[in-house]
Amino acid sequence: MVDEAYRVVVGLEVHVELKTRTKLFCRCVNAFGSAPNTQTCPVCLGLPGVLPVLNRNAVYLAVKAGMALHCTIRSVSKFDRKQYFYPDLPKAYQISQYDLPFAEWGFVPIADGAEVKRIRIRRVHMEEDAGKLNHIGQNLKEAEGSLVDLNRAGVPLIEIVSEPDMGSAEEARRYLTELRTILSYLDVSDLRMEEGSMRCDANVSLKPRGYQGSLEDLPRVEVKNVNSIRNVGRAIEYEIERQAARLSQGERIIKETRGFDDGRGRTYSQRSKEEANDYRYFPEPDLPPLVLDESWLTEVQASLPLLPEAWRERLRDLGLASQDVEVLVQDRVQVAFLSETLSFTDDVRAVSSWMLSDMLRLLNERGLGFDQSPVSPKDLVDLLGFIADGKISGRMAKEVLDKMFESGESAAVWVKRLGMAQITDDSLLRGQVAEVLAEHGKVVADYRAGKERAFGFLVGQMMKRTQGQASPEVVNRLLKEALEFDAQ
Amino acid sequence: MMGVPDYSAKGLADAVRSGQVSAESAMIGYLERIRATEPEVHALLAQDQDLALSRAQAVDRMPLDQRSQLALAGVPLVVKDNIVTEDFPTTAGSRMLEGFRSPYTATAVERAAAQGAIVLAKSNLDEFGMGSSTEHSAFGPTKNPWDLTRVPGGSSGGSAAAVAVGMAPLALGSDTGGSIRQPAAFCGIVGLKPTYGRVSRYGLIAYASSLDQIGPLARTVEDVGLLLQVISGQDVRDATSVENPVPDYLAQLKRPLEGLRVGMPKEYFGQGIDPKVRSVVEKMLDRLAAEGVTVVEIEMPHTRYAIATYYLIAPAEASSNLSRYDGIRYGFRAPATDLDSLYRNTRAQGMGEEVQRRILLGTHVLSAGYYDQYYVKAQKVRTLIRRDFDEAFQTVDLVVTPSAPDLPFVLGSRSDDPMQMYLSDICTVTANLAGLPALSVPAGFDDGLPIGMQWIGPAWSEDLLLRAGYMVEQMVERPRWPLWRT
Ligand SMILES: [Zn+2]
Repeated sequence: MVDEAYRVVVGLEVHVELKTRTKLFCRCVNAFGSAPNTQTCPVCLGLPGVLPVLNRNAVYLAVKAGMALHCTIRSVSKFDRKQYFYPDLPKAYQISQYDLPFAEWGFVPIADGAEVKRIRIRRVHMEEDAGKLNHIGQNLKEAEGSLVDLNRAGVPLIEIVSEPDMGSAEEARRYLTELRTILSYLDVSDLRMEEGSMRCDANVSLKPRGYQGSLEDLPRVEVKNVNSIRNVGRAIEYEIERQAARLSQGERIIKETRGFDDGRGRTYSQRSKEEANDYRYFPEPDLPPLVLDESWLTEVQASLPLLPEAWRERLRDLGLASQDVEVLVQDRVQVAFLSETLSFTDDVRAVSSWMLSDMLRLLNERGLGFDQSPVSPKDLVDLLGFIADGKISGRMAKEVLDKMFESGESAAVWVKRLGMAQITDDSLLRGQVAEVLAEHGKVVADYRAGKERAFGFLVGQMMKRTQGQASPEVVNRLLKEALEFDAQ
Repeated sequence: MMGVPDYSAKGLADAVRSGQVSAESAMIGYLERIRATEPEVHALLAQDQDLALSRAQAVDRMPLDQRSQLALAGVPLVVKDNIVTEDFPTTAGSRMLEGFRSPYTATAVERAAAQGAIVLAKSNLDEFGMGSSTEHSAFGPTKNPWDLTRVPGGSSGGSAAAVAVGMAPLALGSDTGGSIRQPAAFCGIVGLKPTYGRVSRYGLIAYASSLDQIGPLARTVEDVGLLLQVISGQDVRDATSVENPVPDYLAQLKRPLEGLRVGMPKEYFGQGIDPKVRSVVEKMLDRLAAEGVTVVEIEMPHTRYAIATYYLIAPAEASSNLSRYDGIRYGFRAPATDLDSLYRNTRAQGMGEEVQRRILLGTHVLSAGYYDQYYVKAQKVRTLIRRDFDEAFQTVDLVVTPSAPDLPFVLGSRSDDPMQMYLSDICTVTANLAGLPALSVPAGFDDGLPIGMQWIGPAWSEDLLLRAGYMVEQMVERPRWPLWRT
């Protein structure tokens, strides 16, 4: 447990690869997993004489993200060169945005019990990704050499920088989860941390009680490139423990960059910030300033989908339990599916309950998402309609749903094919009720003597006679009517 | 009968289009001229005679209706070796790129070739365009054809010398601080730096991106206009190229300029300008005045900061642009034991002294703690220099200055004095800083050495500059060829 003498201060820098067809400054395909250096051209190889040309679609996706994070979008921003030598950086500079990022001052709301806490976003900027080094050998120190793969060089990124507003590993996890959910609604990125399309650096420091200085001046440890939300949480927890232990022994925290060892659950020192680079930023002379037209911005704003926060409110207002709301909202395609059903039905509770139970089970069995479901939102609503109309029972509906999944055919087709239409016609059932009562005079007498269980037997007999197709509700009603009538 | 190199590009293209002269026979004539002059002048870094001949034959074989569409049908073109070409190695005059062959061709070269121009050689230059004498080439200096003991100017010295001796009627150069105009002046030919954004920089090996422009060199103003016509216009591969219609530069060329008002900034005619240069330019202005041109003296007070401003901005951008030459992916790589020494050894051995000097200068300018003091301040002064021109163009149509402060200097005489070398850009850097078009045209000779005058105009006024240049050209008597002892 951390000593209460300290308050935990966490800020996150998240890199997100944008899902464009081509790279940020050239026309190479932006795709993960191709053979090394097959998705390259003179521009992203940094050959002599090349020039960058900005991908407008990347700007569109970036602006969508900035808006969804409630940022102010600058109508004029610019690109800058961030300069350092490394073999994965072909021009020896990265085209990024330094002092005029395209988006600033937003927030991500995270649930804190019943309260909602806003984690402020300081800035979002666009930049190009670097390539990748593949070391020959077990690790960098013992590597015989390194191979450079520049497929990723020039892939568009946005970097989302939070304020140091998170006070625990748990808050950091929630922030990342919510950030990922929000971005998933926009469909701007694959958001796969294991493939690097979403990457996170965590800045962790401990603020001693009574500390009066600025947070910026606290010795800050940056844990780089952690590959899952869970591991970001683990890395922060470890850092808190480590720094607290040092402080309690009267030692100083060194401002440094650390990596995270997944296997051991520990962070380790990579380089101290004292030897930090001077990136010699200056305005990119090959690109004119990025000017975003007001009317275009208005259009983009209007095209944004309903975001998780708004969906939560809407679904709660429609009467869903907050637990179900949370599960539904986590996944963009679930919400999209649900959203589509709402144009056919008001019974959101029935829809959600079927989605989160049987639909989810059947989809999971097939490794599909709601966006790939063989049963469409309309199909599901139709199925639920048969139940609501009393035409089939819930149990029958499950069987029908299975068949619908297998065949992709409608509920109506299968209800008919399986001969499942319930008998709900009173006149068809009345005669049989009379026969059952006549056949089982003793049971009728037992019931009248007050044996409630006798009633269940009579229902069972009815179902047997109708091969299960009688509507249980109708049978109940008719039996009761007959028994009471006879008694009079 | 006229020898082949005597043709202007315009005249040759006309003759080839009509079939009056075959592109092949013309090419043979130029190749002969190269054989005769190149050993003494050393203007070229790479040539491919077989390729040039086969391209010329291809032009001759073209159906007439196709060939007659080509503005530069069969015209040989020399390309400065910092402009990339698939067909030739591109070295930028540096060991760093010795043997490098680009997998793509620069837009300007592609556009010229699409109009029938045939690249026959790549020309010598100061390494990466950094210099004013072509002495900073890693592959030996080019000589001035008018006096082989003198420099041809730089950095497009190879292109200028090649055109001056008739290796080709046209050449492409690049101009960051005067690199087309000053060698054009030193070699007695015409050179134009277009408005920033007029010609695509795609394929030009960047020295200082916000100042660089590709431009034409030729023996006549008309030929400069002809090549400019072909290479101008927006390019989707260069985001700084501008979508602005390209006028017909030759349509009005020979029409006299009536009521032209010319500004003579006194800052360009004072201290630091060789009196011989000044006198030739002033005499030309007198003659123009006699022809009805109004010449007024103007003031451009920020001119005195131009060299300092230029030598902050250009090296800053250069230090960044040249970082990619690291020995990892292409070009020269020095033996090394680890990554750090790979970078250090490669760049120390692969780059010349002047290039290293400018990289160090630029790195310093952009360093934390110096950036505001140097780079930001230089950008502010740059704006003031631009404003000087804006104000001047309120009262005059064009500004006239010498193209260079002095006559072609003797080889080696300034190699040990970078400051003196930097001052040779004093007349030309302002047009780059302000992004304006500027033309150098021969104004006369002094003791057999050519002297150029520079015309600077408002943005997109290339047509006006060419008309002014044409007017001057008609008044200058000059020998047909330098060096030539025919
Ligand atoms: Zn590419």
